[in-house]
Amino acid sequence: MKRRDFLKSMTAVAAGSVLSAPAVWSPAKAQARKETLLLVTENGPNNLDIHGVGTNRPGYEASWNCYDRLLSHAKKTLPDGSASYDRDKLTPELAEDWTTGDMSATFKLRKDATFHDGTPVTAKDVKWSFDRAVTVGGFPTVQMKAGSLEKPEQFVVDDDHTFRIDFLRKDRLTMPDLAVIVPGIYNSALIKKNASEKDPWGLEYTKSNSAGSGAYRVASWKPGVEVVYERFENWKGGPLPKLKRIVWRTIPSAGNRRALMERGDADVSFDLPAKDFAELRSEGKVNVVSTPIGNGIYYLGMNVKNPPFDNEKLRQAVAYAVPYQKIMDAAMFKLAKPMFGAASNQAQSLEWPQPHGYDTDLNKAKALMAEAGFGEGIDTTLSFDLGQGVVSEPIAILIQENLKQIGINATINKVPGANWRSEMAKKSLPMMVNFFSGWLDYPEYFFFWCYHGQNAIFNTMSYVDPDMTAMIDGARKAAGEGDWKTYDKDVKGFVTKAFNEVPRIPLFQPYLNVALQKNIGGYCYWFHRQLDYRSLSKA
Amino acid sequence: MLQTIGRRLLTVIPTLIGVIVVTFLLTRVLPGDPAVYFAGPAATPQSIEEIRKKLGFDRPLPEQFVYYVSDLAKGNLGNSLSTGQSVVEEVATRLPASAELTLFGLFVAMVIAVPLGILAAVKQGSIIDHACRVIATLGVSLPVFFTGLLLVYVFYFLLGWAPAPIGRLDIFYSTPDRVTGFYLIDSLLAGDVETFRAALAQLILPVVTLAIFSIAPIARMTRAAMLSALSSEFVRTARASGLSPYRVVITYAFRNAMLPVITTFGMVFSFLLGANVLVEKVFAWPGIGSYAVEALIASDYAPVQGFVLTMAILYVMLNLAIDLLYGVIDPRVRLEG
Repeated sequence: MKRRDFLKSMTAVAAGSVLSAPAVWSPAKAQARKETLLLVTENGPNNLDIHGVGTNRPGYEASWNCYDRLLSHAKKTLPDGSASYDRDKLTPELAEDWTTGDMSATFKLRKDATFHDGTPVTAKDVKWSFDRAVTVGGFPTVQMKAGSLEKPEQFVVDDDHTFRIDFLRKDRLTMPDLAVIVPGIYNSALIKKNASEKDPWGLEYTKSNSAGSGAYRVASWKPGVEVVYERFENWKGGPLPKLKRIVWRTIPSAGNRRALMERGDADVSFDLPAKDFAELRSEGKVNVVSTPIGNGIYYLGMNVKNPPFDNEKLRQAVAYAVPYQKIMDAAMFKLAKPMFGAASNQAQSLEWPQPHGYDTDLNKAKALMAEAGFGEGIDTTLSFDLGQGVVSEPIAILIQENLKQIGINATINKVPGANWRSEMAKKSLPMMVNFFSGWLDYPEYFFFWCYHGQNAIFNTMSYVDPDMTAMIDGARKAAGEGDWKTYDKDVKGFVTKAFNEVPRIPLFQPYLNVALQKNIGGYCYWFHRQLDYRSLSKA
Repeated sequence: MLQTIGRRLLTVIPTLIGVIVVTFLLTRVLPGDPAVYFAGPAATPQSIEEIRKKLGFDRPLPEQFVYYVSDLAKGNLGNSLSTGQSVVEEVATRLPASAELTLFGLFVAMVIAVPLGILAAVKQGSIIDHACRVIATLGVSLPVFFTGLLLVYVFYFLLGWAPAPIGRLDIFYSTPDRVTGFYLIDSLLAGDVETFRAALAQLILPVVTLAIFSIAPIARMTRAAMLSALSSEFVRTARASGLSPYRVVITYAFRNAMLPVITTFGMVFSFLLGANVLVEKVFAWPGIGSYAVEALIASDYAPVQGFVLTMAILYVMLNLAIDLLYGVIDPRVRLEG
């Protein structure tokens, strides 16, 4: 009977505490609340180090805030008043100064910077970190390569606080590639101590420990539950952040994330359905900041290697059948930038993304269908990543409806998130709704991944065309050498060609949406689409 | 008694071997390629190959199996790729979270359902009997994620009585030192009443959600078992002998009706432990069900294998405990080893 009595009394306590729960704040806790930020998202990190095997997007955020890089970007104000990183202006972070020569760049490191454990940051750490990034393989190595950073021999220690990079070739992406998340500076002495023969780069250690010199360090991490950061009081890479503690909780239910925001319990939330953001904005209880995702496009891709979409006329017919405006209204709730309805397919500027000349015109589409020899109609499948289902599913359904009207019977194929990449890698899906965005915001970078003859995984259409490849390579080379006339010609050339032959139909440029309480200031959009805690403040 | 337990445990071994082999094979035939998944964005075929090698998936299946079993023998369930932690450690922190929630939910369900079932059987056809039927039907027909969200909407969002549904503790409380992994018990052991209250407050809505769902099978089973007990000869004899109604119903009828009720408890408990994923998702509860589902979505083999193995062991233990309980409750039931 004793146990029963105990449990009975517990139920009584339970009933009591429900009513009094909001009243338990002591003054000390209220103060802590002012210096603490509660961030809620759908997923948490699986690895605190972007160099790790299979680190997910939230893991990038941990890396960004816990490690410094040599360079960072300045900030600018966008036309709508929100802040964004400035692609064209690099600023010092760990390097206080740098000079770029013809075939090398030399960096002067800050002499007072230390890692979280107090060890000074030296050029040796920089070299070790860069060697690690180009050697460990997987994503970090590929990302370094995108800036022509490929071999350890390129990284030279001149003295304790002078570091040099020798260029393999002239590449305009080399310097911006030093300011992305991957080339963070790691505490080499600490990591080496925790490395093993099987794991010479200490990936196991950095997986769950932050070993950098960044503004925050991870105080505790419970995978799938929460990350708690503490401010690094000796941070030298910039002005000391205002928030002492960041608590990042994983809240899987979108409805609850919205409820937490509306009740004022959470401070910042990403990952809400577009509808929720639209409603939150019109209700006006919290701030909603929407920034177009740089170099990012939602698109309808068609596999040009196999019939029937190897037929250009058929692809154009599809491009005239897509209900662009309906997608903007009903799927995106207008939280996106339209990418259709330009005067023609001729590229007007060097801006990317830019709108193409197609618009919804079913009669034209039907005529093109007949011209292509598919007057009697075709059957195909339209695939999308279930992990992106909130956005992709309504788009796919709207497209399916219109395709039916021009005689294309598209069955929708929902691919679970885990299989999406392997399905993409097979390059056998006839049609897909997908998203790609490039960190480095340059058209040639986008086209290098998506349209180049190297047929990278993001060239989901398997589009290989010698002229296209030549123009992309030409633009990359011209940008490296500063030959802006050729660059202009090549960029406009490949954009126009991509629109005319239309292996992928750009649908819209999505926004990165974030909901913030009104007392949270200092939010800034970054190319990596994760939250930078360093500039945030809480009134 | 000890001998029976020992003999019983021996029969468990082939079951476990079967579970190990089957889960290993099943996870390998899952669609989706973990190497591609973990190669992340901007992967090239070369980087995918590097990762496949690093993860050991380039070796033949029998070799992978030998590695797996030898690790298992050392108590190592491997590392989860998607959370980066050892599976043993994760299961050890997440199982108590689920168990605390489930046990508490089951307890609340029992406190309501058993008396309800008994009353419904004793007063068959009365208002209470109808109420029991209605409650049971509602309980099973409302999906848990719906009741969960509804409770959150009413008690958190509209009324503000319940704390924010952000997991086991509000962010300003620190986790009590781990002894049992049950926050309620650990915080009391540490003498921290405030944390105890905070943990309890977080528990109430998910517990009620689970209880609403599990009242139905328990109440219906109690009622049915009680009805058959009440209509049996010995109850009639007891009544005819002029024993008090309480004595007849509780001491004679209910004791005999307890066997099927206990069986239902066992089933509901093991079902809930693994299947309350939806409740865990709604309340951001760091339990074992959501862990397994997330791992499955990421084609993350080790946690799925670890989860199935843990559940199999739990299920076996539970069945053993229930079998032993039978003997205690009803001496006529003896284990035939």
